[in-house]
Amino acid sequence: MSLDLLTYIFIGGSFALYIGIAIWARAGSTKEFYVAGGGVHPIANGMATAADWMSAASFISLAGLVSFIGRDGAAYLMGWTGGYVLLAMLLAPYLRKFGKFTVPDFVGDRYYSQTARIIAIICTIVISFTYVAGQMRGVGIVFSRYLHVDINTGVIIGMAIVFFYAVLGGMKGITYTQVAQYCVLILAFMVPAIFMSMQVTGHFLPQIGLGATLDSGMSVLATLDKLSVDLGFAEYTSGQQSTINVFCLTAALMAGTAGLPHVIVRFFTVPRVKDARTSAGWALIFIAILYTTIPGVAGFGRVNLIETINGTDAANVGTEYEKMPNWFKNWENAGLLGWHDYNGDGKVQYSAGSAFEGGKPAFDGEARGIHGERAVTNAKVNPTPAPGAPFVTEVYVDRDIMVLANPEIAQLPNWVIALVAAGAVAAALSTAAGLLLVISTAIAHDLMKTCVNPNISEKQELMYARLAAIVAICIAGYFGINPPGFVAQVVALAFGLASSSVFPVIVMGIFNKRMNKEGAIAGMIVGLGSTMAYMIYFTFMGGSKDDLFLGISTGGFGFVGMILNFIVAYVVSMMTPPPPAEIQEMVENIRVPRGAGEAHAH
Amino acid sequence: MSTSSQDNASAYWAENLRIIITYLSVWFVVSFVAGVLFVDQLNAIPFFGFPLGFWIAQQGAIFVYVALIWMYVVSMNKLDEKYDVHE
Repeated sequence: MSLDLLTYIFIGGSFALYIGIAIWARAGSTKEFYVAGGGVHPIANGMATAADWMSAASFISLAGLVSFIGRDGAAYLMGWTGGYVLLAMLLAPYLRKFGKFTVPDFVGDRYYSQTARIIAIICTIVISFTYVAGQMRGVGIVFSRYLHVDINTGVIIGMAIVFFYAVLGGMKGITYTQVAQYCVLILAFMVPAIFMSMQVTGHFLPQIGLGATLDSGMSVLATLDKLSVDLGFAEYTSGQQSTINVFCLTAALMAGTAGLPHVIVRFFTVPRVKDARTSAGWALIFIAILYTTIPGVAGFGRVNLIETINGTDAANVGTEYEKMPNWFKNWENAGLLGWHDYNGDGKVQYSAGSAFEGGKPAFDGEARGIHGERAVTNAKVNPTPAPGAPFVTEVYVDRDIMVLANPEIAQLPNWVIALVAAGAVAAALSTAAGLLLVISTAIAHDLMKTCVNPNISEKQELMYARLAAIVAICIAGYFGINPPGFVAQVVALAFGLASSSVFPVIVMGIFNKRMNKEGAIAGMIVGLGSTMAYMIYFTFMGGSKDDLFLGISTGGFGFVGMILNFIVAYVVSMMTPPPPAEIQEMVENIRVPRGAGEAHAH
Repeated sequence: MSTSSQDNASAYWAENLRIIITYLSVWFVVSFVAGVLFVDQLNAIPFFGFPLGFWIAQQGAIFVYVALIWMYVVSMNKLDEKYDVHE
């Protein structure tokens, strides 16, 4: 069967499954809409949390990132999993005991303050929107590459599907579709990874295969180190970034993970406090299956990529463009690969450095060069090899194609390629749906019901929630079609905001009975303000790298913001009166599991 | 709340904090001390075909996180029973 037909069958089949589940699990009440009725089994909730958490970034981009930056990629691997330890021990059980629907609910009630609630609502909405834009883009890329529709049509198809089950099913629909999506995405990630591990090393598990010894007598990692150094790249197993930067980035991603509203809200859906802890454990197992596979995929993918382009002999002579496999031309057509024949030998050569002015190739419409390659307008004039590189690199490889192109690079059967496409779409849609639900809840429940008009009926509230979901989907779709040029930085901003505001304010609310509204508000403002100012200055206002505070990148500054938040909140709370007795009693109450009951509105 | 149930609650909380601190210390040492601060030194040690530091940072730490959460789940379930605060 042709790849196109298989892709239609796999993606179409998975969509039919999601829609079927959505119809089966329609939400009838606000409680079902917000927290799936509060009766989700911990294993199902763990799978749903894993699908919710693992976005297009985890599925498509992370292995590519690790593949290209080597050991420093560990900051993301540890950051995005270690956060669950914080979540399980510091937040989830207590928030479940608190027993309402949302993060702003907790912040507003615990700090007896509408101001604190509104800051939390703003954080929730900003974090979720920045995140969702990237997901829609991921859906668009997959559709444009595999279904030969343009990216915009792809985004609109994705919007329609999410609309269907998020708006109809609410949290209940989302939870059960996410369980199905987890199964699709993990299968789609593991099957090619296992194939590649078998091919390259003969080991079934990529986790073990990465440590294996190859026919040449060198281990996979030693081969990678050698290949990298020969081509002028840094050694794969060594770090390039400063230790303090890796430290702060890891810490900020961990605290940010624990503070992301769409992840926290999943723990309101289980019946008991005990189940909140257990489901964090299940969630991390399901996530770890994918995350511990990533280093293997990254390593094998990199070896395959270099050897396919430069050839397997040590001379690194390159491969004639006409003889490059189909995947190279397919991804070139999708705009994620580019080649310019600097030395005029008709062969593609890959080494360190940037092949084009400004990094990415600027394609000259559909114009073609003499070998049939896409013509570019930003080829370098008189290029020189990068320091340590043996020759001038001629190729641009987008990091994002690593996972999607891997099955093609490794020459796996067509059904594996189709499965990966369905998996990438599942990863993007499951996260998008979770985020859209958080946005609609923040607007309908936190803003309309709690802040604006407490007297609206349950039916009206549900209507607002669905309306808000529709608006949110349209805005997300707009960003998917017209992506801001700074998606990566904006996602870093989401983590920075979560780690410098949401995470500390909740932790202090639980672990410090003396913490009052003055402290919490001052802390959030300082944490948020400093992190945003730092990111905006260095990302958009051209702040020079030499001025970075202790050399900490914008992604890692959320950790500094979090420390500032803790300090300011503590000092201010000590100088102002303690919180009222009933609040202190509430804190004592959430510290003890018994009597959690179901998540409730009042 | 009566005095005895309050005493019970604060004893429960103190022990809860001890459990959290123990597990989070392991979490910190594995992630930050081994995975970031001394990763270069640990890289000199071979570990099943991996440099040890690299393995901890990219895989080992994740296995430890899974183990930590499940150990925490077991400890807390026991603690809830001991102080009779389970659901």
